[in-house]
Amino acid sequence: MSENTDIEPIGDNDNPQYVLRLFITGASINSRRAVVNVKQICEQYIKGNYSLEIIDVYQQKTIAEKEQIIALPLLIKSKPLPARRLIGDMSDTQKVLKGLGISIGT
Amino acid sequence: MIPDSSEQKNHLRALEKACTGIKGLDEITLGGFPQGRPTLICGAAGCGKTLFSIEFLVHGALEYNEPGVFMAFEEKTEEITVNVASLGFDLEQMQKDKLIRLDHVRIERSEIEETGEYDLDGLFIRLGYAIDSIGAKRVVLDTIENLFSGLNNQGIIRAELRRLFEWLKEKKVTTIITGEKGDGALTRQGLEEYVSDCVILLDHRVTNKISTRLLRIVKYRGSVHGTNEYPFLIDSDGISVLPVTSLTLSHEASTDRISSGIPALDKMLGGKGFFRASSVLVSGTAGTGKTSIAGSFANETCSNGERCIYFAFEESPKQVIRNMSSIGIDLQRHIDSGLLKFNAARPTLNGLEMHLASIHKLIVQFKPHAVILDPITNLITVGSVSEVKNLLIRLIDFLQSQEITVMFTALALNDNISEQTDESVSSLVDAWLLIRDIEMNGERNRGLYVMKSRGMKHSNQVREFVISDNGVDLVDVFLGPDGVLTGSAREEQQLMQKAGIVLKDHAVSRKDREIDRKRAVLESKIASLKEEFESVREELNKTYIEDELKKEVLESNRKEMSRQRGREDSPE
Repeated sequence: MSENTDIEPIGDNDNPQYVLRLFITGASINSRRAVVNVKQICEQYIKGNYSLEIIDVYQQKTIAEKEQIIALPLLIKSKPLPARRLIGDMSDTQKVLKGLGISIGT
Repeated sequence: MIPDSSEQKNHLRALEKACTGIKGLDEITLGGFPQGRPTLICGAAGCGKTLFSIEFLVHGALEYNEPGVFMAFEEKTEEITVNVASLGFDLEQMQKDKLIRLDHVRIERSEIEETGEYDLDGLFIRLGYAIDSIGAKRVVLDTIENLFSGLNNQGIIRAELRRLFEWLKEKKVTTIITGEKGDGALTRQGLEEYVSDCVILLDHRVTNKISTRLLRIVKYRGSVHGTNEYPFLIDSDGISVLPVTSLTLSHEASTDRISSGIPALDKMLGGKGFFRASSVLVSGTAGTGKTSIAGSFANETCSNGERCIYFAFEESPKQVIRNMSSIGIDLQRHIDSGLLKFNAARPTLNGLEMHLASIHKLIVQFKPHAVILDPITNLITVGSVSEVKNLLIRLIDFLQSQEITVMFTALALNDNISEQTDESVSSLVDAWLLIRDIEMNGERNRGLYVMKSRGMKHSNQVREFVISDNGVDLVDVFLGPDGVLTGSAREEQQLMQKAGIVLKDHAVSRKDREIDRKRAVLESKIASLKEEFESVREELNKTYIEDELKKEVLESNRKEMSRQRGREDSPE
């Protein structure tokens, strides 16, 4: 990632199990909601075991083509495999967890 | 119908248009697609939507200095590049030259989990970046409907599409959106409700196992446009649309005359032959020599240094050339000199419209002075009578507008009492030559009539049409006591007449000799009488001289005696 990107690495693990990237568009409502929701879910379910990068596509337009981005906000889970793409404001926690492959012990 | 653009009010600011550069399409749309607005191209699978849009971009980039972005939702960019390479479009190089930008949008439904509200800002950003990076003026969204299959929330997609098209309008880019044809609707997802400025429907129809591609402008706001279905061709040169349906009859009429290649036929046609840019129909039953007339005409045209295209629907070029050489017409040399072009194809090769399209295309390329279609009868195998007639009307219209003379040959059936050809084109053409079998005395001969020839005095006589080693010729038929005589009957009559002349000559000369002889006899008689007269005269002269001599002698004797008597007297 080049330096003028808006990267916010979150997480405290050098070798996290979950590698996540969240693509947003500036400060739109969906984007803000998505950021809050993702952070909340991560903190709640995989605390300390993830890295989260938040990328503003407006700031880095070439990445849209590179990453095949159409719908935003988009959360890409590149680790653990299989890679998954989650779109939306992440308000449906059940689906987010399913997408991330996190099973909640009931 | 193609409307006349000159009637448009020029002083008002009309809709600006972006030339597509596709042959014929700009004519139908009177200048192209609406500039800065989206145009929907829809049609079933495989009808040429993608190719249409690629051509639009390539021509825009290369000819009108309008770079373009191609956003593919279906095919990969590499696939597209390979697919259009056969048309001579080097998309790779054009991408390097920043004339075109290809972007493949991949949506894999199985990979995506929808977790709430979202929008298509990613697409906007991508497209916006692509447009800005090359200063694009044209955009193609190839089958954007794939979004619907990739994403679940239809409400969002519809709202976003509406926003997208508004946004594209604001960006002032001319956009093509392609859409797959749906059941009972123009597109599966009803895209036409978002794109209301210009909708073009492509169709690929197969009737009687023969395919025809058709294009129709369903709507075009703010512009007059052709409303018919226009056939179009996809071949090695890309797409060409054929706007040959014109309802106006406003073409120029030439007073130039061109020879038919048969001097005697020219004589029948007011002494000078056909009018330039006229249409000539040669009809006749099988084997009457229609192709030979066509061959002569082609030969004559090329001999005058003019170009000619020969569309053969029955024989191969080699066959025609061989057959023509047997009657002393050498077409090969015209092919070698580039003046004559053969185009031979079975009528069943493609549909009527495609035939028209390919004829049209070839004519535009070759720019001939004369065109021959031999025979049009065979076209009926791929269309109905009215369709063939329609095709020929349009072809004649087009040719006349280009000042091209056209000769059709048509097979007339024997049981056709009205003399109409099957294609009933005889009312369309300017000149109609009919070759008819005249069967008599156990042989078949050909009689040629000029059934009509507009705008010139033409012979009303039947001429015998003779094909010999030296080409075709017309011979005056003989009107004998039994009616019209042709073939050997005519020759017999001619021989008889010749014999009569010889006999007459002979009789005349015999009489002359008689007179000569009589004269000689007379002259010899005159001579003998003359001789007689001479001898009589001599006889008469002889007595006369003798008398004189006698008289003289007597006188001298008397003188002598009187002298002697005197002497006797003197001594006294």
